[in-house]
Amino acid sequence: MPRLSAERRHRVRFTLNGSAVEAEAEPRMLLTDFLRHELGMTGTHVGCEHGVCGACTIEINGVPARACLTLAVQADGATIRTVEALAPEPGRLSILQEAFRRHHALQCGFCTAGILMSLDNYLRQRPNPTEENLRVFLGGHLCRCTGYVPILAAAMDAAKRLREVPANA
Amino acid sequence: MKPPNFDYIRAESVAEAHAALAEYGGEARVIAGGQTLVPMLSMRLARPKVLIDIMHLAELKDIAAKGDALRIGAGVRQAEALASRDVAEKAPLLAAALPWVGHAQTRNRGTLCGSVAHADPSAEIPLVLLALGGSVALSSHRKRRSVSAADFFTGMMSTARADDEMIEAIVLPAKRPDTSTAFQEFGRRHGDFAIVACAAVVSPDGITFAVGGVADKPERRDFPALDGSPLDDAIDAFAWELDAREDLHATAPYRRELVRRMGRATIEEARRCLA
Ligand SMILES: Cc1cc2nc3c(=O)[nH]c(=O)nc-3n(C[C@@H](O)[C@H](O)[C@H](O)COP(=O)(O)OP(=O)(O)OC[C@H]3O[C@@H](n4cnc5c(N)ncnc54)[C@H](O)[C@@H]3O)c2cc1C
Ligand code: FES
Ligand code: FES
Repeated sequence: MPRLSAERRHRVRFTLNGSAVEAEAEPRMLLTDFLRHELGMTGTHVGCEHGVCGACTIEINGVPARACLTLAVQADGATIRTVEALAPEPGRLSILQEAFRRHHALQCGFCTAGILMSLDNYLRQRPNPTEENLRVFLGGHLCRCTGYVPILAAAMDAAKRLREVPANA
Repeated sequence: MKPPNFDYIRAESVAEAHAALAEYGGEARVIAGGQTLVPMLSMRLARPKVLIDIMHLAELKDIAAKGDALRIGAGVRQAEALASRDVAEKAPLLAAALPWVGHAQTRNRGTLCGSVAHADPSAEIPLVLLALGGSVALSSHRKRRSVSAADFFTGMMSTARADDEMIEAIVLPAKRPDTSTAFQEFGRRHGDFAIVACAAVVSPDGITFAVGGVADKPERRDFPALDGSPLDDAIDAFAWELDAREDLHATAPYRRELVRRMGRATIEEARRCLA
């Protein structure tokens, strides 16, 4: 049975935004720190580090989850997407990101990466959300400066536009 | 806020998990969804020597409807149970309570058995297990045993599980056609732990009423098919018997008052669906 000793660093591999990545982690290393410090992917933010704020939300095996509540070693073999995967190409934003910009749905941007990752997934699963659905779903995120009204407006607008484009471009 | 050091074992069979639990006992912790354990590690509220990851064990991933029981394995995540047709049909009380367990993002990883093992007095899944008269399937290298929910929860975050035992599954009796159930919760925000949560199972001849968030563990009472003020009196007597907690979220009298009002409303909601 694979047993990883506390004292050593161990190889962790997974698929990140479509590419195979690997680096080393002690068993106690959180996935947030692994992404940011070992892989240099600093788009994923760290707020509370105990699961409450949602800033660190990423997609693990196709579903949104807290990176700060996951050990890097638990992610070995997983398929992971982070906010860096959203923009289709450098200099171009995704439909959801564009909507955030249009509606001023961010100020400091601290919460934004997590909210985008949650919504990106949700709108693929449920292209026709009601505002009520989105309110409940966004309950898993804290924003301390923008306020939720523009965030909801951006999400509703993005949902509408995503329904209009054929292949979720 | 970073976890302390521990060794990490990725169990490849239940027997391996048992062996590691036998070797380390109280120094080991099973890690399932990690939605409670990882914050406890980060806040240094837990300092295990060894973590035993059970989420790679295919044999624990089943939701199995057999006869009049529903068995939910330790590897089943809350989001999977919420999407399960068997859960919706055979345990509608659980299906009604699951959306209240944290947020979609935590339900995508958290397990039902992890919540039962942790036994937070405000947690919804232990409350549902108690209200339905379910049981916990425990196993170790020594033996297997089944413990009723009523005997399993022994107090604030304490259970009848021995240090070398793991929970393999929870087992819920399937809903009988002559019964109806309802769940209600009051918290600060949707997704927060309950200040008070109520579950009711009603049939033409009686009422089972259970509350969470009030005492140091979920509590349950069975009443005859009362109505009107005798029902209010029975709920009131139950509310007084509860050793209600006082904390920064609510006072004990406030919790008792919620039990009276939500209790009545929950029982009536269940009855409306009985017709
Ligand atoms: C922001 C947030 C909000 C939350 N809100 C709620 C809420 O409203 N209601 C609620 O009930 N919960 C809530 N939770 C906790 C819930 O998400 C957890 O999923 C649940 O309490 C534990 O399940 P887990 O699989 O994550 O267990 P883990 O965190 O992996 O483990 C929890 C404990 O149980 C033990 N354990 C786990 N599985 C087993 C097993 N099979 N055998 C023996 N021991 C085991 C572990 O050793 C540990 O001590 C919340 C969590 C967060 C982060
Ligand atoms: S940093 Fe992960 S939820 Fe706050
Ligand atoms: S934009 Fe600042 S916290 Fe949300």
